[in-house]
Amino acid sequence: MNILVCLSQVPDTTTRIVFTSDGKSLDKNGVQFIINPYDELALTKALELNESLGGGSVTVVHVGRADSESNLRKAMAIGADKAIRIDADATDAIQVARELAMVATKEHYDLILCGRESIDYNGGMVGGMLAELLGLPLINILTSISSNGTEAEVSFDVDGGRAFAQVTHPFVATCQKELTEPRIPHMRGIMMARTKPLEVVSASANADQTQVSRYEPPVAKAGCRFVDAGDMDQLVSLLHEQSKVI
Amino acid sequence: MSVLVFAPVQDGILKKIALEAVSFGVQLAHGLQAQCSVLCSSAASSEALQQLQDLGVSAHYSAEHDLNEVDAVVHYLTQAASLFGAHQLVVSNTYLGKSIAPRLAVRMGIPLASGVIDVPKKSDTGWEVRRSVFSNKGYAYLQVLGLPCVMAITPNSFPVESRPVGEMKTVALPNTFESSQTKIRVNRVDRVLGKIPLTEAERVVSAGRGLKGPENWHLVESLASSLGAATACSKPVSDMHWRPHEEHVGQTGITIKPDLYIAIGISGAIQHLAGVSSSKVIVAINTDKEAPFFKVADYGIVGDAFDVLPRLTAAVQLFKASHA
Ligand SMILES: Cc1cc2nc3c(=O)[nH]c(=O)nc-3n(C[C@H](O)[C@H](O)[C@H](O)COP(=O)(O)OP(=O)(O)OC[C@H]3O[C@@H](n4cnc5c(N)ncnc54)[C@H](O)[C@@H]3O)c2cc1C
Ligand SMILES: Nc1ncnc2c1ncn2[C@@H]1O[C@H](COP(=O)(O)O)[C@@H](O)[C@H]1O
Repeated sequence: MNILVCLSQVPDTTTRIVFTSDGKSLDKNGVQFIINPYDELALTKALELNESLGGGSVTVVHVGRADSESNLRKAMAIGADKAIRIDADATDAIQVARELAMVATKEHYDLILCGRESIDYNGGMVGGMLAELLGLPLINILTSISSNGTEAEVSFDVDGGRAFAQVTHPFVATCQKELTEPRIPHMRGIMMARTKPLEVVSASANADQTQVSRYEPPVAKAGCRFVDAGDMDQLVSLLHEQSKVI
Repeated sequence: MSVLVFAPVQDGILKKIALEAVSFGVQLAHGLQAQCSVLCSSAASSEALQQLQDLGVSAHYSAEHDLNEVDAVVHYLTQAASLFGAHQLVVSNTYLGKSIAPRLAVRMGIPLASGVIDVPKKSDTGWEVRRSVFSNKGYAYLQVLGLPCVMAITPNSFPVESRPVGEMKTVALPNTFESSQTKIRVNRVDRVLGKIPLTEAERVVSAGRGLKGPENWHLVESLASSLGAATACSKPVSDMHWRPHEEHVGQTGITIKPDLYIAIGISGAIQHLAGVSSSKVIVAINTDKEAPFFKVADYGIVGDAFDVLPRLTAAVQLFKASHA
């Protein structure tokens, strides 16, 4: 199949999030950016699907600036055949979705995979917007997939359970953890990635519908009150009387 | 101008997240001096309709058949919004809501604010909305550029309050959706019965590697059932298949916001805390008094889970019996 995987990059999960003193942006000093973990699963699943079908191509696409190219090379080292970078700052979900839709319509893709959400802005919106822009079905929170190239058997999470369905290609799906295990790039892949195509396309300058005006750190807790391990009645009464949660 | 809320209904009953969304929608409508209307996912019982009226809903839209598919929900919400001039759409940010909201916003050509945690303020451009970002490691103030927008609200963030306005009318929507348009053929849905969905739970009991093995989880489950709580776990616990994946909370798992989160034998790694730190009250139980979890906990118990859990469960049961 011809598969498109949408990759975002996010601060490494161990990052201590600090905002600039004017509160207007993330302080990127010393922050390492990684491929969004859910997108890494999407990429791995795309490779596995094509391996089981014995052919096909996997393209990764990213809306961002040149500083993300090391992550796009990493995606190709993991196994993607090609990368496309749309040269724009990602500022808003609809702006990103519209840019991605432009790329997605330039060529025929049988399957478009996104992550369930990006772990930085936690929007979980781009995949759904993209499906709607393209007029394609959306499988949200995909947990398993097998495909013969025309029809796919999928399972996905729904509130309070799991659904099992069949869907005809092409469609958009957003990937969840259980789908597969991420792949680690090997030396051979890293060598090959150097010569794989990384295409940079200019953005179509879509207008934002939302803007972040400022950021704020979470409020610090008052401190932990220790309760004696031998006195659970005290804990229960604190939870009831003071905290009013039981 | 009005506010339109999507309310999931199961077996005739309004789910808790539906009540929260409706109450939020009514409050928003008051601020706009507008009315609040509701579209239910399936037929609401007469008790549920009364509940809607008591909450302050002015109109209840009903579709002819159950709205089981995302496509159908998006279709009817768009239809109701254009027929009756709804200017503000509200859904709950559950799995269903996350499938509906982005499609709805694009179809209607209006902005989307997801993960809303406070009642938004009107601004010059539209709304100012506060939401959690960086997996609870910060908040962002989002300027929504346009007054009509879709808001997807975070479960367990809003109280359910009554603001009755009088009569509620019921309006049947014209049946214009063809199910054959749906390209996804759902064969079956496995529902986890008798369990509280983690994302909607008010109380959560969660355990980590400190529990030593899956055979010890009955201790966690007993405490959870005594509290009417859902169960959760740390990432290694689900990676080792001690517990199912859907219980994994954290930065790469589910993000939750219960009133009470009890963490047992979980160290409190930054990635774990990312998914749970906006819980209102946190209790940590750990043998290691230096465990990082105590830095974010409201109550801490330094002790062995195998010793503490049975006694805590008994204390809760005693409390429940005396407050029944
Ligand atoms: C990219 C990435 C993403 C990640 N995402 C997540 C995520 O989403 N969620 C997540 O949870 N983790 C995540 N992690 C893993 C995280 O870093 C920690 O490794 C993990 O949370 C530790 O799990 P734990 O606390 O159960 O185990 P441990 O760190 O082994 O801690 C066990 C704790 O139990 C205590 N203990 C031991 N015996 C007892 C006893 N008898 N009674 C009471 N206490 C006891 C110990 O003192 C210790 O504090 C991620 C890691 C990475 C690299
Ligand atoms: N800048 C981006 N470039 C490419 N894909 C993106 C970008 N941002 C988000 N996505 C995709 O959309 C998914 C959901 O992102 P979000 O809506 O930001 O939570 C991510 O997991 C990616 O697959």
